[in-house]
Amino acid sequence: MHESIGQIVVSALLANNFVLAMFLGLCPFLGVSGKLDTAFPMGVATTFVMLVASLCAYGLNLLLTSFHLEFLRLISYIVIIASAVQLVEMVLKKYSPGLFRALGIYLPLITTNCAVLGVALFQTAREYDFLQSMAFSFGGGAGFTLALVLMASVRERLQLSDVPAVAQGTALSLMLAGILSLGFMGFAGLGG
Amino acid sequence: MTPAQAKNWDEFMEGIWRQNPVFVMVLGMCPTLAVTVSAVNALSMGLATTFVLIASCFLVSVMRNVIPKEVRIATYIVIIATFVTVVDYVIQAVSLALYDALGAFIQLIVVNCIILGRAEAHASRAAPVPAMINATGMGAGFTIGLLALGVVREILGAGTLFGISLFGASFQPWVIMVLPPGGFFVLGAWLLVFAWWERRKPGADVAEVTQHA
Amino acid sequence: MNTQAMEIQATPTAAMIRTLGIVSTVCGLIIVGAFQGTYTAVQENKRLATERTVFKVIPAAKSIVEYQAGAGGIQPVAGEVPAGALKFYAAYDGSGRLAGIAAEGGAKGYADTVRILYGYTPDCRCVVGIGVISMRETPGIGDKIVTDKDFLANFVSLDVQLNAELSGLAHEVKAVKHGTKTKAWEVDAIAGATITSRAVGRAINDSAQALLPKLVPHIDKIRSKS
Repeated sequence: MHESIGQIVVSALLANNFVLAMFLGLCPFLGVSGKLDTAFPMGVATTFVMLVASLCAYGLNLLLTSFHLEFLRLISYIVIIASAVQLVEMVLKKYSPGLFRALGIYLPLITTNCAVLGVALFQTAREYDFLQSMAFSFGGGAGFTLALVLMASVRERLQLSDVPAVAQGTALSLMLAGILSLGFMGFAGLGG
Repeated sequence: MTPAQAKNWDEFMEGIWRQNPVFVMVLGMCPTLAVTVSAVNALSMGLATTFVLIASCFLVSVMRNVIPKEVRIATYIVIIATFVTVVDYVIQAVSLALYDALGAFIQLIVVNCIILGRAEAHASRAAPVPAMINATGMGAGFTIGLLALGVVREILGAGTLFGISLFGASFQPWVIMVLPPGGFFVLGAWLLVFAWWERRKPGADVAEVTQHA
Repeated sequence: MNTQAMEIQATPTAAMIRTLGIVSTVCGLIIVGAFQGTYTAVQENKRLATERTVFKVIPAAKSIVEYQAGAGGIQPVAGEVPAGALKFYAAYDGSGRLAGIAAEGGAKGYADTVRILYGYTPDCRCVVGIGVISMRETPGIGDKIVTDKDFLANFVSLDVQLNAELSGLAHEVKAVKHGTKTKAWEVDAIAGATITSRAVGRAINDSAQALLPKLVPHIDKIRSKS
């Protein structure tokens, strides 16, 4: 059962979209999707962190498996993701202040984004090899960005329309997400 | 009720009603929507999270005076991850079918914002007993929220409740309810109901507080 | 001034490391305790779950032994299965005779990978039953592969005999449109769930193509329970 790189990317991006089909990373999805200007950088920052986390988790898993310490997997994943985020923050601050200003405020939020830990856990559970893991985290990150940008665009438009007061806020966002999710179900079966 | 009891009761009820993590604070959404395809899954997830919440808040509260504030978040995460690992193994030992149904979302309890939020906002400043009472309330509130979703989704989407068929063979299940969009719709509908309730009774908040006091 | 600044920082750093050290030790102990405490129960559960699925696809089975088929023939599984080798279960009936072989296969279905276990008997050189291990197919449509009687009838004797060179299957197992099955190696798809049906066919085909050429030449070695 060997999934090709293309299949993995398409599946994580559309059919099994992290946010709309697998319910990963919902907090930022509902929290940061108010404006398009913030949604896109947030998506890019998350994708970047996911790639780094996936890389670290892959190496760490090799190490843990070779010492038969699988029961420490979860605790070491979360620690390494938190440290990786800190490290990325510091490196960006020193070498690319422009990028840091654009993404910096989102980085601390990403540590507790379950999509990032989700990538690490799913790639381990599915026994992906190195390239597959990278493709999976890239597809997942791109899918997260796509969902965030779509949601932000819809919400920006909704600001101008007349919504019943009782439905304003999270309830409305959830209904929108449901409709988007319904749309994304149409992608199932792609690459199959 | 003595004042001390009343205070404890208030701490407990905070999580269940006024600050319900699912319906009021809308936190910990990922497991809320992902595992509530059936009432059993919802209940197990709620109980697992409650256990992690109580145990982590207790340990954080006991150690609150020795944890330097620079490394507090790291310490909390390590403590939470420990108890999640424990729960993970316990569920595997109890029922593999349940473990498969909940999937990666058991391990993802680690990043449930409710737990880190409680550890940081409450347990790090309170004595062990109040911290545990507060955590129990929050956990119960979370479990109730999950059950509210799980029950509705299971009844509509599969025609069953806790696996028992309700409507007989002629019932055509509303499959979309157990698929991802259904999760968003049902939670959205619950939030609408609560918003409507709040608006229907102006001054509901005041009545609420008097009732508890 | 520089030294002074470092001195001020030195104490908290030590305290931080000490606290983190204590916390990690305590947490490590708790985790190891939980792992050890549940280990036997978890292994027992896993074994029961595997047995239950294997017994379902090979009804005559009473006990199972795990084997691996690799370049060097068939060996019982001891520890990790090496790369390139394939794991399968040999199922024995009450008197210790080989009742059948069960192996896992998987292929991409409609929503996600469909993983199945299928039973093979050397006597008829055919698949005699399937069970689903995991899938996320649409309830009411794709998940009919578990319940649809007509579909399951495909796997009562699905032809998977090897070709003359023993290098692969004589006929590729393939799902065909509902109602057009004519050959013993074709799978009659469920109407409206063709993609999921096709995934089951491909899962069996891919796994059997890889496993059976390595397994069948040595099957006499495992005819009776060792």
